[in-house]
Amino acid sequence: MNRRMIVNMIGRIVMLEGILLLLPTLVALCYGERANILCFAVTVVVAMVVGILMQLIFKPKTKVIYAREGFIIVAFAWIILSVIGAVPFVLSGEIPNIFDALFETVSGFTTTGATILTDVESMSKSILFWRSFTHWLGGMGVLVLIMAIMPSDSGRAIHILRAEMAGPVVGKLTPKIKDTAKILYTIYLVITFTEFVLLWIGGMDMFESAVHALGTAGTGGFGVKADSLASYNPFVQWVITAFMLIFGINFNLFFFMIHRKFKPVFTNRELWFYGALVLTAGGILTFSIYPVYNNFSDSIRHAMFQTASIMSTTGYATADFNTWPSMARCIIFVLLFVGGCAGSTAGGLKLSRVMILFKTITRDIKKMLHPRTVSNVKMEGKPLDNEITSSVTTYFALYMGLITITFLVISFEPFSLETNLTAAISCVNNVGPGLDMVGPMGGYANYSSFSKFILTVAMLFGRLEIYPLLLAFYPRTWMKK
Amino acid sequence: MKIIIVGCGKIGLTILESLVAEGHDVVAIDIDEAVVNSIDDRHDAMAIRGSGADCDALREAGVNEAELFIATSSSDELNMLSCFIAKRMGVKHTIARIRNREYNLNRLSFLKQQLDLSLAVNPEMLAAKEMFNILKVPSAVKVETFSHRGLEIIELVVKEDSPLNGSKLMNLRSKFKFKFLICVVQRGKEVYIPDGNFILEEGDKIGLNIAESDIPKLMKSLGAEKKQARNIMLLGGGRVAYYLTKMLTEIGANVKIIERDYDKCQELSDLLSKASVLQGDGAQLDTLVEEGLDSVDAFVALTGMDEENILISIFAASHNVPKVITKINRNELAEMGSRLGLDTIISPKRSVADLLVQYARALENSRGSNVETLYNIMDGNAEVLEFNVKSDFAGLKIPLSQLRLKPNILIVGIIRDRKPIIPAGADVIMPLDRVIVIAANQRLNDLSDILK
Repeated sequence: MNRRMIVNMIGRIVMLEGILLLLPTLVALCYGERANILCFAVTVVVAMVVGILMQLIFKPKTKVIYAREGFIIVAFAWIILSVIGAVPFVLSGEIPNIFDALFETVSGFTTTGATILTDVESMSKSILFWRSFTHWLGGMGVLVLIMAIMPSDSGRAIHILRAEMAGPVVGKLTPKIKDTAKILYTIYLVITFTEFVLLWIGGMDMFESAVHALGTAGTGGFGVKADSLASYNPFVQWVITAFMLIFGINFNLFFFMIHRKFKPVFTNRELWFYGALVLTAGGILTFSIYPVYNNFSDSIRHAMFQTASIMSTTGYATADFNTWPSMARCIIFVLLFVGGCAGSTAGGLKLSRVMILFKTITRDIKKMLHPRTVSNVKMEGKPLDNEITSSVTTYFALYMGLITITFLVISFEPFSLETNLTAAISCVNNVGPGLDMVGPMGGYANYSSFSKFILTVAMLFGRLEIYPLLLAFYPRTWMKK
Repeated sequence: MKIIIVGCGKIGLTILESLVAEGHDVVAIDIDEAVVNSIDDRHDAMAIRGSGADCDALREAGVNEAELFIATSSSDELNMLSCFIAKRMGVKHTIARIRNREYNLNRLSFLKQQLDLSLAVNPEMLAAKEMFNILKVPSAVKVETFSHRGLEIIELVVKEDSPLNGSKLMNLRSKFKFKFLICVVQRGKEVYIPDGNFILEEGDKIGLNIAESDIPKLMKSLGAEKKQARNIMLLGGGRVAYYLTKMLTEIGANVKIIERDYDKCQELSDLLSKASVLQGDGAQLDTLVEEGLDSVDAFVALTGMDEENILISIFAASHNVPKVITKINRNELAEMGSRLGLDTIISPKRSVADLLVQYARALENSRGSNVETLYNIMDGNAEVLEFNVKSDFAGLKIPLSQLRLKPNILIVGIIRDRKPIIPAGADVIMPLDRVIVIAANQRLNDLSDILK
């Protein structure tokens, strides 16, 4: 185990977080929030000093890392990132409880968007900005950012990229990993900025546009109002619907489009499946909520917005779907699991995994009928290795296990089954809102500190797709032979 | 520069590693899923599964934007075909590994022309040439010539009884009457660019810069009685043996080839009438001694097994064969071999990788980098680079002793008006010169990189 390299990489991340925290400091400066300037500045200095010290003390003897180190770097990086990210919340006194602050930060970085705040509108601007900025960073990944901007000379950094980026298979877009990371972040930045401009034109003020653009880009879901997006005009709501769907698409496809290769985009099965699912779910939702609104344009807007929000695991809402008929709530419940495309910023199980699972099931049934059948599961026209299909089924088992355990543990709370179950599913899938008490207009504030901590851990597990954290806390990983 | 490599076996992978280290954008295409995955995991390069002659795979690799296309799969025909297709699809330069004898004799230039290949490489031929150069100057472990301008770098190992052993570099010039420069020393795993106070020890591997015409004098004064090797024994009758024997017999050396396989022996004896081909098992040491191991000038181990080559070479060295050359393909084993005391180790894939890195650098020259040629010495731990001096170089007309160079860099030669100069402290660099620089443990892209 290359411990020096692990600590060194984490040092880099802590330093980078220090630099990134300058941005909310600047926001605090702009809005004249004096007390917060100090809170952020202190965090910046501490993070920078600690980060630089870690890098100076732990100079790696060799830069060779394996998949194992990649997982562990990512696991610890995210934990430490969250702890430091929570400091400004506590220092500013706006979220005094440590567990609350940690929950809010992790919910930000993991792009969940679940909140423990009861009165969002009273929060200061810089704190709100930092909350949404963590969405943006966590969406694409902080280590991916490091790889894009800092010099790296290890050909094995792909292990870090793989551990942080979600999806069953992570490939390179360009021969050099650094270029791949740069391209991903450039695409990300450009789309985010486009959304920011459109929202601004649509009538939001500059601060709100920025917060919502960042929140949509990471598919997070933190807003600035208690009723999420319900009070904004239909144009803004449609813009956000569109961008939530865009950020749920595999970023590789944008790369192909930039290079004018449209064939792989049009033939991408996952994208077709995504589109079909959005339309089907949106359609059913529209008809089942029509009696509530008695108006076709409202029904379709709310239906599409909620579908996009839950599918892309963002978690914004334009309506309280707790009050919708049970068919509509059932659709939302099912969508909580699915998530967006692999290689997007969305969380959840990921569509490509769902597709592989279904194809594996069909193959195995076929095999039972005709035991001599030779057939491979194919994805995007290419046969998949048996290793990948079996890793997907294992992942699915782990994922269901994670949801079950989280659900069991938080069920000590005296809330309804619907509340606890959707809270667990929503946190593991990084969606944000659930049903009943944790619905779009509610929150997680009533949970005890213990349950909040459990949900915090569940969010981290969900964002990093279980394995990195599982390995980091598996005793054998650390044993010397 | 974007480079595509087809076929990542032993040779392809070595080339890939060298080119990635040079900072190129490398895309590898291989038919084997396991190979593709391992490249994706371990190297900063993209890997695509497919055949080199498959247009879809080539398109996916971005063949139309690539500058260089290298086909090194195990099949000559596939290499030629994929180079041909790649060229048609818009790649600028193509290099194919072509190693079958049938293609390599007189027909190669015809094939190259017809297929529009920029270069055809034959690893075995390259290795044979390298061995041939060494057998001409047997005390050296490696010989490199610069741009055919009569300046050579010879690598040799300091032996116990050598006059170099224990002497200070400062005093060497006065000891010998001709000019030479010890420019790099490898001791254990460390590589140094020595200064005047450096004292040589037994076992050091040194790189020595000298005018070609002075080599015989040097060898004589080093007490190296060895002239060109005349009686040479080769073990193993593969492709390298064939090419090497052909070259050696042309300059009149006596070559004995020992090969286990009877059919191969038949074939070799038909092709190489001047050499004697013996059928026998080289691993049976008796056979070697019986065939006169004790009286040969040089022994070359060329079997297909690295381990066998190492062990038999050690045996030959213990029989006081003056020069033993060992062919070793795997890097780890080459390292082990040199730790076991084998000084001359040659690996065909290393030779090819060096050549292709040189080629890639030359291509970049035409696009603005100033490196004219480049050689790896000391097992790749040091580089010898040749630069064209531009008129804006900051160190013009300053005596070399006053130039502030970065550590581990040495100017080892200046070529002015086509004549080599082995520089001393008082020499200066003039515009239009070519300068040869040695750099250990670092990479240079421009002559001004050598200054602090």
